[in-house]
Formats: sequence, C-alpha cells, structure tokens
Amino acid sequence: MATMYKYDDYDQTMVDARVAEFRDQTARRLAGDLTEDQFKPLRLMNGLYLQLHAYMLRVAVPYGTLSGAQMHMLATIARKYDKGYGHFTTRQNIQYNWIQLKDAPDILADLATVEMHAIQTSGNCIRNISSDQFAGVAADEVVDPRPYAELLRQWSSFHPEFSYLPRKFKIAVIASDEDRAAMRLHDIGIQMVEKDGALGAKFFAGGGMGRTPMIGPCVREFVPVDELISFSEAVLRVYNRYGRRDNKYKARIKILVHEMGIDAFRAEVDAEYEKMQPLDLEPPRAELKRIEAFFAPPAYEAAEDGYDLSDPDFAIWAETNLFPHKVPGYAAATISLKPVGGIPGDASADQMDLIADLAARYSMDEVRVTHAQNLVLPNVKQADLYALWQELDGAGLAPANLDRASDIIACPGLDYCSLANARSIPIAQRLAERLAPVERRLGDLQIKISGCINACGHHHAGHIGILGVDKKGVESYQLLLGGSAAEDVSLAKITGPGFDEHGIVDAVETVTNLYESERQDGERFLDTYRRLGMAPFKEALYG
Amino acid sequence: MIILTGNDLKTGDVVWWDGQGWSRHLADAVDAGDEAEAIMAREEAARRVNAVYEIEGEQTAEGPRPAHIKDRVRGRGPTVRPDLGIQAEAS
Ligand code: HEM
Ligand code: SF4
Repeated sequence: MATMYKYDDYDQTMVDARVAEFRDQTARRLAGDLTEDQFKPLRLMNGLYLQLHAYMLRVAVPYGTLSGAQMHMLATIARKYDKGYGHFTTRQNIQYNWIQLKDAPDILADLATVEMHAIQTSGNCIRNISSDQFAGVAADEVVDPRPYAELLRQWSSFHPEFSYLPRKFKIAVIASDEDRAAMRLHDIGIQMVEKDGALGAKFFAGGGMGRTPMIGPCVREFVPVDELISFSEAVLRVYNRYGRRDNKYKARIKILVHEMGIDAFRAEVDAEYEKMQPLDLEPPRAELKRIEAFFAPPAYEAAEDGYDLSDPDFAIWAETNLFPHKVPGYAAATISLKPVGGIPGDASADQMDLIADLAARYSMDEVRVTHAQNLVLPNVKQADLYALWQELDGAGLAPANLDRASDIIACPGLDYCSLANARSIPIAQRLAERLAPVERRLGDLQIKISGCINACGHHHAGHIGILGVDKKGVESYQLLLGGSAAEDVSLAKITGPGFDEHGIVDAVETVTNLYESERQDGERFLDTYRRLGMAPFKEALYG
Repeated sequence: MIILTGNDLKTGDVVWWDGQGWSRHLADAVDAGDEAEAIMAREEAARRVNAVYEIEGEQTAEGPRPAHIKDRVRGRGPTVRPDLGIQAEAS
C-alpha cells in the first residue's frame, strides 16, 4: 500500500458533498436555469475551464503523490470521458482537454472514489500544494515534507478567510537544500530545516513567475513546526489585507512584497502574528501526529546497493534517470514523459495503466508527478531496475533524458490554451529533435517554453527559456538565458529581438554551440553562461 | 467577413454561426455582418452556446479563414495532434 495520507470521514464527506452540489449546479446550467455568468464561477471552483477546443478539467494531485489506484482512475477517466490521454503539468496536476460538461459531475464522482478532486485548482484561493517529487525517499532531506504539505492542504481547503484572495496563491514545501520544486518561485515557499535539533520551516514569500517574475525573499529564518499554520495564516492575512485588488496584474503577493519591501512586509507579518497569538489557531499537535503516521516509512527490505549494467541502453537510462534513495538497495526512477518528437507531459490511458501496474509491482504502489512534467516511481528495489526498465522501454516510457536538452518543459500553448499567443509544443518537438543527438554531450540543460507571458511553462526559470509572443498575428519567440528554478535560483534574461518558429530552433542551437566551444571543465550550460555573461551569446545570435 | 464562434454548452465543441444555427464545421460559417450583435445577444439568451465572440475573417477558395491563428487552430484542432478534433473527422 502506498505511503500516503488517507481520507478520514471528514475529508470524504466534504468531497462527496461538493460532487453532489456540482451535479445539481450542472443540471441547472444544462436546463438553462443558470446563465454562463452565473455558472462560470461555480464550474471554475471545480476545476472546469473552457479552453480552446472544449472544457478542460484540472485535477489536483496533492504534492504530486499518487497511489496505483489513483493512477488507474486517471487512466479510466482519460479513456471513458476524454480522448484517451491526459497532460501532467508543471504544478504536479493533470489536465484533460476534451471534457464534456454533461460528464463533469460523473468524473468528479469517479475521482472521489479514489480520494481525489478538482477543488481549488482555479480561482483566487490557495491552490494545490506542491513539493519535492522525491519527498520521503531523498537521501538529502531532513524530514519527509509531505506531512507538512498535507497539514497545509487541510488548513487551506475551503478556508473561508482565504477563498477570495486578491489573486491565486501557490505554496511549495521542500525539506532539502537542493530545491527540486521551484520553491523560491512560489507565493509561499517553505523549506523544512533543523535548528538545534528542532524541526521548523525556513519561510519565503513573494516569489512567482507570470508577467513579473520574482524570487521570493526570506520572511523568517526559522518558524518552529508547531507554529507553521499560524505563521502561514499571518502571511496570508497581510496579503489578503494589502494585496492589490484594484489591478489584476499587480494582485499577486510578489508585487505586494516587492512594493512594500521585504523589511516592511516582515514587520507587518510579525505584528499580525503577535496579534493572533491569543487566538490559538495552531491545529492540535495530535492532528499533525495523525498525519505524520500516514507517512511512516514503508517496510523496506534489507538489500545492498548495486545492479547489473551490462546492457548499455539500460546503463544510459540508469545513469540519467535514477536518483539516490535514502534506503540502501533502492532507487527512485524518473519516467520521462518527453519522448523526442512527443508532447511534453502527455501520457496515454494505456501508459497510465501500465505505470500504475508497475508502481504496484515495483514501487510500493506509489507514483509521483514532477514539476518538470515527468513521473517518478520512488521506491524501486535496485534488483528490479532492469526488469522495470524493460517494461518501460516497451511502452515508449524510457527516454534516458532527465534534465537533458530533450527533457523540455512546455505549456499547452496555442494548441490547447485560449490565453496563448503562440504554440509551445511544436517548438519543444523541433528542439528535441535537433538537440537529442548531442544531448549527452551537452549535459544538464533545462529548456522551458511558455506560450504567453503567464509563464506556465516556467520560461523565466529555464537555463534556456522561450516565450511565445504575438507579433501582429504571427507567432514569434523570445529567447531567454540564465534562469534556474533550483537552489541556485535566478531569472532568465531576454537576449534581444525575437525569432520566428524556425529561427528560434536555430537560435537555441547557436547558443548551445557557443557553450560547447567555451565551456570549461565540468561546467553546465548555466555555469558557462554565468561566467561569460550575456554579451558573447548576443554577439553569436545577432552578430 | 464577421464570423461568430463559441463553444457548445453541453459538449464544449467549438461551433460557428452558419446563418440558422451553430455548426461544428468552420466551412459552414457565414458572414454575420451587421447582425452580429443581435445574433450574439439572442444566442446568449438561448443558453445553448457559451462564450460567443465575433472575429474578423475572410472568404477564401478553401472556405472562411479567421484572421487570427487562435481561431484557425480552433477551426481544426491541435496542430500537434492531427488525429484529434474536427480535423480528424473531416478527412
Ligand atoms: C490551459 C489552460 C491554462 C490557463 C488558462 C492558465 C492560466 C494561467 C494564468 C492566467 C497564469 C498567470 C497568473 C498570474 O501571473 O497571476 C498562470 C500561471 C501559471 N500556470 Fe497556468 N494556465 C493554464 C495551464 C497551465 C498548465 C498546463 C500548467 C502546467 C504545465 C500551468 C501552470 C502554471 C504555472 C506554473 C504558472 C506560473 C506560476 C505563477 O503563478 O507565478 N498552467 N496560468
Ligand atoms: S503560459 Fe500562457 S499559453 Fe501557456 S498554458 Fe499558460 S496561459 Fe496558456
């Protein structure tokens, strides 16, 4: 059985009640009793958007953890109600692109049978909480961050005070110095840390991407673990009170923190926190203990590190797609959803079913979704790795390209998204085709593409970022260099004038060629860029 | 020409104003001309189609062509999945 939170009666009742409510609302809409103006906010509260070709349903995957049964259900929904596939997103969620309104209540009812829903996947509320895809198994974490993410999930679900924030609100929780969740680019970023033997949180706020990207500054160095909720509450209250409701483009907390300055913002939070003390808002310790118990390490078998690498194709995959596990004899395996020429993050229903089966057989029934639109089997015995790889390979799920040039993040862009200015997916496909043959040589290289300024494809945080813009009705692409979503977080800078859809592929190659000729020992692309600065790249691009 | 488009309430399908009602085929789109506003108001009230909006387009040998690429993509389906959307039915 998967190591994950299990709904109690309270959780299940809430979700079931919401399904029943939405069923009634949908029936009234279909009967013509509700106008679209009346219905739209109701459907959005249940993750149902209207996109380019149909309704789109966004399903929450709390902190990216799925059981095999949940993954099977996602496959079933893709097959039964959609066109046989789903899209895993940078927010560790899944989106279906071809949903019919009449089916939406049934889909939500099906999801509820496996403790899933689409609540708070839209709107100006606290959205799905993201985390490290290796939470609970990473050798470098101080603690499994998921119990704290779960506590925050419970606190933020239907929180009446925070249902109408100035704007959407995204929280990430990690527990290692290496940041695998783009934590500093969230409205609140939490890093669980230890100080003098006590557990607590290093607390960041005011990060984000979108049209005004910001790296979140530190609000407090150490918040003891049993003050985590009250401190979060204080930050949200300050934002809720002072956030710019007058201007949608200035409404995110990043703008507030930036305009106030971190010191003034911190002072407001401290004052609010003081005032809140008598209210005693922290959940009882017993609740945290109850949650923590769900995440107790599973029964690992005693095993030794090491496995047979005699098959060279397997060896390449193992070298690229495996992550060290904290338990000897185990590994966390990334299933790349980035086949060259494929659509980043898309998985077919059959692939999802297979992955669920593989999780049951090889990974203690657990799957994770990564913010780079890949999946992870976190608990694989090293002795099983070769058998696992063979099955993945047979289903087109074994690209050995994690963090390589063809492991590109791309948002849906103009192929699916009604806000898009340009297509993202075809650019990712052409780039992957161009660079895959040399990607082992290029090493760690993260390319991230968004189809508009909203930055769902994290282009600000790409070592190489690409932003689609509308140039008098024609798709055009800006090139950005030098971003990072990791612990060495930085925002990418625009190189100069944009390129057309062919030019952008050549431009990226110009950049990687320059890197190859200039790099010094052991340098990643990002290191070379940081050492050389923008000038030589500009020169190579625009001469 | 002025083309009216929206999404079918029940199915979400992209639809185009064909003079009498809503067609799933862009090829059926007609010039709504001066009546665009009146048709949109009437159709919103009928509550069968969502998010109706008017776009510029031109009549070509291959049929109506929306001015903006976004609506051309809506008229066929995802360019990266020719097996999906109305483009898959047409052939
Ligand atoms: C297709 C329908 C989508 C719509 C309409 C949409 C809409 C938006 C909007 C309006 C923003 C900007 C919010 C702001 O700056 O205040 C945004 C940001 C973002 N979205 Fe999406 N999005 C869509 C799909 C996706 C997908 C597929 C992903 C994951 C791959 C995603 C992940 C994100 C992320 C990570 C951000 C930036 C982080 C931030 O908010 O600072 N979105 N989205
Ligand atoms: S970045 Fe723009 S185009 Fe891409 S999914 Fe987000 S809103 Fe759509």
